[in-house]
Amino acid sequence: MTARRASIGSAVVMTLYLMFLLVPIYWLVNMSLKTNAEITGTFSLYPLNPTLNNYRVILTDPSWYMGYVNSLIYVVMNTALSLAVALPAAYAFSRYRFLGDKHLFFWLLTNRMAPPAVFALPFFQLYSAVGLFDTHIAVALAHCLFNVPLAVWILEGFMSGVPREIDETAYIDGYSFPRFFTRIFMPLIASGIGVAAFFCFMFSWVELLLSRTLTSVNAKPIAATMTRTVSASGLDWGVLAAAGVLTILPGALVIWFVRNYIAKGFALGRV
Amino acid sequence: MDKPVNNRAWFLVLPVLVLVAFSAVIPLMTVVNYSVQDTFGNNQFFWNGLGWFQEVLESDRIHAALGRQLLFSAIILAIEIPLGIFIALNMPKRGFWASLVLVLMALPLLIPWNVVGTIWQVFGRVDIGLLGHTLAALGIDYNYVNDPFDAWATIIVMDVWHWTSLVALLCYAGLQSIPDAYYQAARIDQASRWGVFRFIELPKMQGVLLIAVLLRFMDSFMIYTEPFVVTGGGPGNATTFLSIDLVKMAIGQFDLGPAAAFSLIYFLVILLISWVFYTVMTAQKDTP
Repeated sequence: MTARRASIGSAVVMTLYLMFLLVPIYWLVNMSLKTNAEITGTFSLYPLNPTLNNYRVILTDPSWYMGYVNSLIYVVMNTALSLAVALPAAYAFSRYRFLGDKHLFFWLLTNRMAPPAVFALPFFQLYSAVGLFDTHIAVALAHCLFNVPLAVWILEGFMSGVPREIDETAYIDGYSFPRFFTRIFMPLIASGIGVAAFFCFMFSWVELLLSRTLTSVNAKPIAATMTRTVSASGLDWGVLAAAGVLTILPGALVIWFVRNYIAKGFALGRV
Repeated sequence: MDKPVNNRAWFLVLPVLVLVAFSAVIPLMTVVNYSVQDTFGNNQFFWNGLGWFQEVLESDRIHAALGRQLLFSAIILAIEIPLGIFIALNMPKRGFWASLVLVLMALPLLIPWNVVGTIWQVFGRVDIGLLGHTLAALGIDYNYVNDPFDAWATIIVMDVWHWTSLVALLCYAGLQSIPDAYYQAARIDQASRWGVFRFIELPKMQGVLLIAVLLRFMDSFMIYTEPFVVTGGGPGNATTFLSIDLVKMAIGQFDLGPAAAFSLIYFLVILLISWVFYTVMTAQKDTP
């Protein structure tokens, strides 16, 4: 009897909490389906005359949709780059002890923890000096600051779950290291690679300060495009809301696949 | 944990080292360089010793920003940690609903930070936002643009909305690792609900909770985008936190010297907390 009451209590708590989480998002979706006249003129809990016009504006105007393209380009570049360098390093950390390993592992962590605000100005100057300012690769490299450590830590967490006997058996069977790594080891930690990729993608996608500082026109991310619109006109609420909804979609679409590893990813592979 | 010693493993780490050196060490050296020099433009620099550090350490404006930052982080932890634990205890344990709840809860974590700011900026507006409109209809004088208290309340509720799920997800992962036998033993001993929480669940969550506290502290300590979008640091300086102040100084006013000194002090604080974090994380791994 008490168990039954407890589960009803849980259901109520969870319903309230999820409502708290979802209502602000719903409000954004709601606004994105209204015209500006309806947003400012009448107050309604749902769109009275639903319109997809705001989305049409974004998807037909290059200065809007190129923001998404730019963001996607540097995010994908960053994810590929981060994983490519993090995989061997994570393997080294999980399998061997070597001179300075602990210090190095700690130093990586400090980069994940470093405030982007500290790096904004030096990045700006560094990438201007080497002629990379306003390119996608500049943002991709800058985001490596926090994504490479993240990927190394997550992958190390997953790799440590694979027994070392597997490596040893493979070496005895005559596998070379590269062949063992790509043919046997990587399939074993496929879910770990997926999770690391997801988190690199995500943290690069949600970041604004560095990507805004390092770009002006050619590589301007969608996040920066949005802030410009807010300050300039402060009027086009519908389009702004639609742009916001479109930035939520990528994460929302793939999250189902990593749902069981979300906690592990956010805790840098340590749960 | 007896891994073989092999210094050739360095070759595997080398790519990371090169990449992170380029994206972390070189910029940091620039900062060190600026922090001890003064310039009158034209790329002419003069040795300034520790002058900037002294200026930053004595600046009332930065003291105020630090005070606000600490207060903010303290409030965030005081709300999000207990709330996160509470939510985790109420999450469904398995099945389709567990998955669905998990996904819905993670949703705010995946939204770009400036969009989080935009959502709450709109949501709180009295004319077009549901929250602002409702509060106004209830006769509450709510205006986050002019009133410092309302601005703080908005930013704190926003952060709770944004990050409580992280705490809850970590605690949930901790709870999942408790074997059923523990609960059965508790039932045989006729332990109360509180007893189960205090002597079984809380000790088992200790590890993840430490991670949650440290992550939330670090991330709230360097919060920039969300308050910047919602309030821009205002009204006045009421919500100007450390990162907002730093960016204003470095990129807005181009005060290279003081900004660099500020950055280094900021970074040292972070380094200290990271060390605590690292000790906690690795200690945990060695005693599973």
